[in-house]
Amino acid sequence: MNKLIIEPSPHIRSKNTTDKIMMRVLIALAPALAMSVYIFGIRALYLSIVCMGSCIIFESLFRRFVRKDFSIDPSPAVTGLLLAFCLPVTLPYYIAIIGCFVAIVVVKQLFGGLGQNFANPAVVARIVLMLSFTSQMTYWVSPFWYRDDVDTITSATPLAVEAGEQLPGLWDLLMGFHSGSFGETSIIALLIGFVFLLMTRVIRVVTPVAFVGTVALGAFIAGENVGLHVLSGGLILGAVYMATDYSTTPVSMSGKFVFGVGCGIITLAIRFFSDMPEGVSYAILIMNILTYYIDKITFPRPFGMVREPSVFFRKKKEEETKDV
Amino acid sequence: MRKGLKTINKYFSIFSKGVIKENPVFFTLLGMCPTLALTSSAENSVGLGIATMFVLTCSNIVISLLKNLIPSQVRLPCYIVIISGFVTFVGLMLKAFLPDLYDQLGIFLSLIAVNCVILSRAEVFASKNGVLASAFDGLGMGLGFTLALFIMGTIREILGTGTWFNIALPELSEPMTIFIYPAGGFFTLGFVIAAVNKFMKRRPHNISCDNCPHKGMCRRGEEE
Repeated sequence: MNKLIIEPSPHIRSKNTTDKIMMRVLIALAPALAMSVYIFGIRALYLSIVCMGSCIIFESLFRRFVRKDFSIDPSPAVTGLLLAFCLPVTLPYYIAIIGCFVAIVVVKQLFGGLGQNFANPAVVARIVLMLSFTSQMTYWVSPFWYRDDVDTITSATPLAVEAGEQLPGLWDLLMGFHSGSFGETSIIALLIGFVFLLMTRVIRVVTPVAFVGTVALGAFIAGENVGLHVLSGGLILGAVYMATDYSTTPVSMSGKFVFGVGCGIITLAIRFFSDMPEGVSYAILIMNILTYYIDKITFPRPFGMVREPSVFFRKKKEEETKDV
Repeated sequence: MRKGLKTINKYFSIFSKGVIKENPVFFTLLGMCPTLALTSSAENSVGLGIATMFVLTCSNIVISLLKNLIPSQVRLPCYIVIISGFVTFVGLMLKAFLPDLYDQLGIFLSLIAVNCVILSRAEVFASKNGVLASAFDGLGMGLGFTLALFIMGTIREILGTGTWFNIALPELSEPMTIFIYPAGGFFTLGFVIAAVNKFMKRRPHNISCDNCPHKGMCRRGEEE
């Protein structure tokens, strides 16, 4: 019996499949979902289920429509859950379904499906919904609005609070007891998921740290409230779960770092200088588009390869040899 | 008798190819600037389409009349002079009789002068064909352009503002404002072209996998 197997590379195969990775992301998002149900009521769960379900349905329908093979995998569910997390809890279901259509059909499948999309589907869907249904998408309810003992139903998000009004304290910001999109408020739950993803090696630590660090540093230099800028808005959700998407972010470590810093700078620029209170989604979209170029610049040098001297040095060398 | 029928057939085919088979917006992708910028309402797009059709037909006629007099080295400036003459005429007429539409179209009315649909028809068709054929070509192409703009404008106005020719439609859902922004124009154009290609059974050109960065990673690349 011939035991020698000859086959082409790769010889080392990872046991991580796309399905496994996507399941891990779903597990990592579970604490945040639980917290959001506790803070914003059972409607958060319904909205998440509607988004996940319609994403899977749109994916299967479109794959059938273009006669491509289709197997149920968790990646559209991840997209749907991420999209649901950046919606306000009172959003009508049909608007959420329109967002799922944009995410799955327009952004993901029209460009070739899983791994081929140039931008994060959930981010683009959120931007499209924000531009289309501005009033519904900015209807923020107070935490625990579903209980009877709460006086105010609506309240501004911490980033949009007018000067002089009461800001939520640090504890409230960490636990997520303030208004906002329902999945983004609870920082503790999101960070638990972040640690889980790091331990299972689904994501690298570089991008989120560079992203959040840039925002913190910029807010500190500008003399703003650092805690508010880091802990409120969609920053943690975007940095951990959206800026680490495989197909839309750079491959190399230095590329990931550049990506994170770029996201942070654009976020700060939008928060400080534009009339929108929040800019994480636009920052991630712009850097998604620049990813191709970041990848080109930060292409790692193969082991043992000598880099060609730059034009400047080459000229100098020639001049030196001339003198001799 | 048969000859007459043949001539009618010939002119009809010149006319009809501009409307469907070689539609300037959907198949040759000319005149993208007004197509994307001005189709946020059906009224605007039809107004601009008809103005373009008028200029296109008149300039085609005049250029085919003058085609033997224009030296080929300076033909483009000559075409532009003829076209902009007609654009000025249309602009003044609109200002006199339809001042509202004139205000709405704004700068895009004068930009008809550099619309590539008109220039390409002058270069490709009117400078090589007779007067009657050029007139039919201009009418057909202009009608195709108007039709394309009308389709774009209808979709964008109904979805973006919930009205059609400024008549309120029964409200099914909240209008999606993104359709009257430029981004919605690009989305609509892409989907309409996809639908037209599907309807006309046009296939994309077979692109080879040689220059694709994903060669070897996708199934088709591996097969090649």
